[in-house]
This record gives sequence, C-alpha cells and structure tokens, in this order.
Amino acid sequence: MPEVLKAPLVVEFPFTRSLGPVQSAFLTGLRERVVLGVKTGDGRTLVPPVEYDPVTADEIRDLVEVAPTGTVTTWAWNHEPRRGQPLDTPFAWVLVRLDGADTALLHALDAPAPDAVHTGMRVRIRWAEERTGAITDIACFEPYEGEAVEPGGHDGAFEDAVHGIVAHARLDYTYSPGRAQTAYINALSSQRTFGERCPSCRKVYVPPRGACPTCGVATSEQVEVGPAGTVTTFCIVNIKAKNLDIEVPYVYAHIALDGAGLALHGRIGGIPYDQVRMGLRVEPVWTEGARYPDHYRPTGEPDADYDMYKELL
Amino acid sequence: MSKEPVAVVGIGQTKHVAARRDVSIAGLVREAARRALDDAELGWADIDAVVIGKAPDFFEGVMMPELYLADALGAVGKPMLRVHTAGSVGGSTALVAANLVASRVHSTVLTLAFEKQSESNAMWGLSLPIPFQQPLLAGAGGFFAPHVRAYMRRSGAPDTVGSLVAYKDRRNALKNPYAHLHEHGITLEKVQASPMLWDPIRYSETCPSSDGACAMVLTDRAGAARSPRPPAWMLGGAMRSEPTLFAGKDAVSPQAGKDCAADVYRQAAIADPRRDIDAVEMYVPFSWYEPMWLENLGFAEEGEGWKLTESGVTELDGDLPVNMSGGVLSTNPIGASGMIRFAEAALQVRGQAGEHQVDRARKVLGHAYGGGSQFFSMWLVGAAAPDS
Repeated sequence: MPEVLKAPLVVEFPFTRSLGPVQSAFLTGLRERVVLGVKTGDGRTLVPPVEYDPVTADEIRDLVEVAPTGTVTTWAWNHEPRRGQPLDTPFAWVLVRLDGADTALLHALDAPAPDAVHTGMRVRIRWAEERTGAITDIACFEPYEGEAVEPGGHDGAFEDAVHGIVAHARLDYTYSPGRAQTAYINALSSQRTFGERCPSCRKVYVPPRGACPTCGVATSEQVEVGPAGTVTTFCIVNIKAKNLDIEVPYVYAHIALDGAGLALHGRIGGIPYDQVRMGLRVEPVWTEGARYPDHYRPTGEPDADYDMYKELL
Repeated sequence: MSKEPVAVVGIGQTKHVAARRDVSIAGLVREAARRALDDAELGWADIDAVVIGKAPDFFEGVMMPELYLADALGAVGKPMLRVHTAGSVGGSTALVAANLVASRVHSTVLTLAFEKQSESNAMWGLSLPIPFQQPLLAGAGGFFAPHVRAYMRRSGAPDTVGSLVAYKDRRNALKNPYAHLHEHGITLEKVQASPMLWDPIRYSETCPSSDGACAMVLTDRAGAARSPRPPAWMLGGAMRSEPTLFAGKDAVSPQAGKDCAADVYRQAAIADPRRDIDAVEMYVPFSWYEPMWLENLGFAEEGEGWKLTESGVTELDGDLPVNMSGGVLSTNPIGASGMIRFAEAALQVRGQAGEHQVDRARKVLGHAYGGGSQFFSMWLVGAAAPDS
C-alpha cells in the first residue's frame, strides 16, 4: 500500500476577550503590582477572583488585595517547556495560595530542579519588567525565604483600567487525509480522477472517503471518473476572502464529473462569469505540478438536460 | 409510563448587539439566565440542572467554555451538560433539557445558549485550511448560495422572493426590542439595491453577526402550576441528522428535516401543519431559506413555498406568520440562534411577544438547523397543556 500523505497544519488566531468588571480589576491590578481576590458570601477570598459566588451563585464584587507571597499547595515538574510557556528552561507548574487567599493560583515556579521544589515551600511573585494588564505580568514565582509581605489595602478601583485582552490561540496538527484520499490526491497529480464505489448502493464517491456515509460500509473499488462533468449549480462570489488569492468575481460551482455519484466543488473559468449556467459541460484545466485542477472550463458540448443532473445538485 | 408534560415558564434574552464589550462571556450568559429566572419568579436554588449550548469551540477559541460558566449559571453541585450540534445547537440544547423533564429525571431545568461573535471568528472557525485541498471558499454564504440557486431552478420562483423575506423580517425586528438589527429606514428598494455577495444572495438577505444569549426555564406539571405567568406547553419535539455531503443528498429539502418535522407533527397530532399551526419561527440565515423550509416543513407542496411568501401569508399579520421576532436575518449569535427560535415560539403561545405578538397564536413551531444542513431540531409549543 502506498504511503499515506501527511502534512503539518497550523491554525492560529488572535481572539479578543472582554473582561467584565472583576477580571478587569484583577488584570489591571497585576499591571500595578497589586493582586486582587474577591470575597465570597461565606467570607473566603478567591484568587484569581470570579464574578459569581460558587456556593450561592450571587454576583460578587467585593475585591480585596492579597500578598505577593504565598505557599505552594501542589506542583508538577515541566521537563520540556513548550512555545508560549512562562519560562524557556525546565520549571515547576505550581498552585500557589497567596497569603490572604483561600484558593490557589496556577503559575510557573523558577527552580533549578525538581528536588528544589516541595509542597509547602514559600514563594513570591517575580513581576515582569513590562506589564500590560495580563496574567503574564506575573513573570513567574520564585523561592522566597523572607518575611511575609503585608498586602496593601487596594479596593480594585483603578484609573485607566484594562477592559479587554487579546488571547493568541495556536494549534499544531499533523494532518493526514487518510488512505482513500491519498490515492485520490496522488492520482490527481497525474491528471486523473479516481473515486470509490460503494459495494452496497453502487454510488461512486469523489473524492473517496474510504467508506460510504449512507450505507456505513468500507469502499475500496477504484473507479475513474470524468475528466468532463456538468455544472449542477453554482454561485458567483463577489467578495474577496482574506485568505484566498482568487480575483472576484468568480464562479464557485458544484460539478458532477461523468460517472460520479455526487458533485465536487470547483471554480469555473474560460467563460465570462455571468454566462455560467446550470447544465454547462466543463473539463478540468491543469497547471504544471499542481495537486488539483486550477479550474474547469467549458467543453463546448451542448448543455446537459436538467433531468440528467437534478439529483446531483 | 407516559412522559411528563414539559412547560416553558421562564424566558430571558439579552439585547442582541454587534459587540457586548461591557461583559465577559460569564456576564453575558448570566444576564439571560437571570431574566429567565425572573420571568419564572424562581431563584437559583429552584433549578435542578443546567443544559447549555454554543457553536463549536473554534468560534471563540475557548476550550469547553461550559466548564468555567458553572458559577455564573448557579450550576455548582448540580448536573451541567453541554450540547454540540453546530448552528442548530440552541434548539437541540432546549430539547435535551426538555427530555430531562419529560423523563422525570429533573423537575426544573435551566437551558441556555449563547455566542459572543465579536470575540470569535466564525469564518476562521469554519474555514480552516486543509493541506492538499484547493482553497476555494470562505464563510457560510458561498456554501449555501448554490443551494438557493438550485431551489430557484426547481421551484421557478421569481428572483424577488428573497428580498421580500428580508424586508419582512427586518420590519418584524423593529417590533422586537431584543433584535440586533433595527433598520428604521428599511425599504424593499434598499434590500433589492444592496450588493450581491454570493449571487444569488444579496448583502441585505444575509444575517448579521451578534453577541447574545437566550435562556429558558423548563419544568414539569407541578412547576407549571406554580408559574406566575401562562406557561407554553411542549406538544412535540424532535432532532434528526444526516451527513453534510452524500450521494443522493437533497440540499434544498433535506430528508432529515422532513423526518424531524413529521416526528414532531406525529407527537402533537398535527394532521395538516398549514391548517393546524398558527405561526412558525424558523432558522433562516439567508432569506431564501424561508420558502425552502416552508416546503421542507410541510407548510407548502414542493416548489410552492415561495407563493406563501409572495402572497403575504408569512407577514406578521398574514395567515401563517413566519419569523415574528425578525428571525436570524435580524439577530444571529450563532449558538443562541436556535434557542431564540424556540423561545419566540413559546413567547407567542404565552401571549408575551409584545408588539410582535400574533393574534390567537395557540400552536407555534420553533425550528433550527445547523452544519451543512445536517442537524435539525424542532419543537411545537401550545397554549394548552397536552391531553387537555
């Protein structure tokens, strides 16, 4: 069996977040080297603070300052820091209960080795040089042997508060189209199109998926389709998508290749966009070295009769 | 043992807008939930379980947001679960909650759906680049436009029908204080003159992108008896799914949609939906889906749906009003959109729809669909309890 194709796939996007009143105060506080918690109905102080009481579900807004020093309540060693983590050398993930708080905050502890870390050890915040109102304003925690630091009496009201943050999301995948689509993609590079026939309903799937979604059975019988086909329906795209390098207007069409049991999607060229019609007979136009046809162009044959393709829209 | 009757006794939604920068996601859902509880005159302690829905996590980039919303929704110490069916999720979330009451697992359930699209990117979430594939299309409009063209060809509908739907829905939205778009100067000419985005879909025939949440309190017969306001009774509810693309798929009138409607009508003993149902709130993100769904849901014969739209039957004062709230065309926080449809149906039979109230709305259908027309969820609610 030929090797299955694989390729890296990275998706990333900068998401914005509105903070609401409590997270706004918390993150603005970090910018000012102030750590805030929130008082619950039963008198506990939650750090980081939340907007609603986890016991009573009441809205809670009573912010209190806690100390930049605290105690490790549990930890795990991170042997291999990854992109975007607080430190680029091995460190401990720690839960730290800051002095004055009843709950623990997750962060990184800068320690030389796991034997330098233990539950119950005293730590303090190492502030980032440049602070913007984000959790990264705490660069990390560091071991601390000194006196407990008394918190100031900040009430959470700040000038020029932060109301939103940008959270960069990034996911790294290794994508594989699987056995059936690998065969399809490999055949396309020699300008031939193969589908797979369902042994049960006899429909030919193009592109093949390795299974028939209607009958729920595996497919393996390869069937060459096309190269020509019929435009079964289409739209004219008039707005340019940011991530696409296609001039507008262009025609995005459903094309039923001859012999296929359903339409695939492609772009129509070689004809003014406003002359494309349902039933138009088209053939693929290949470019050197491409993995798929660049577009489809009219064959010059008479249009297909609607009854011939109305089940393939 | 027969099922427990399910009643809607509380409905709450946020004022839907393009961006709610003043609240976190927790603050947004809280606002809708609090309004639903206030409507029912209930407190957090009266709720036995919470069922929440939203669009896929990729939209806002928050992995499993339900985990951190438990305290905002008073769910600590209670069962909380998330439903996940793309754009139809608001409807299926309500049905999962209703089934918990119908099966007597819980007496009173809070159900809620939301989207904060200003902090999300639906186009990115829907159009991840895929190696080895030709990038051709971005966004939902281009995906659905060929199906609209197929409908036009199949039905022979005049090409003005889409603009009539948009003009109607935007006028209905003017009567709904919670609707996102309030286009006071809207005219049919303006709709028809708006730019063609994905021919045959014009800009004014597409839905907006909204921040919003919708919540409902569902309860049993005993809970309904304590309700300070008239309840809406669920007379039938169903969900169906099918693949996005398969050989033989009818994208214009999907079989799963027909089957889902038939199941609801069977449960509610609806022999003729056109005669027996007073109004419909359906999921129409692109205007042409009104005539398409009218056929799919059995309100018109195949190819005839557009005639109901064209003749004014679906207007607010027509014989079968459709999308009294202004519909998805006027408000679209994607995850919440299905639940807003279900809630509008309930508001109508409770007589609480305000300026967009339909006279004598005794039985109203709420409808949602999602994905590539692959998930369907619907409920029929009535002013009178089942078996009474």
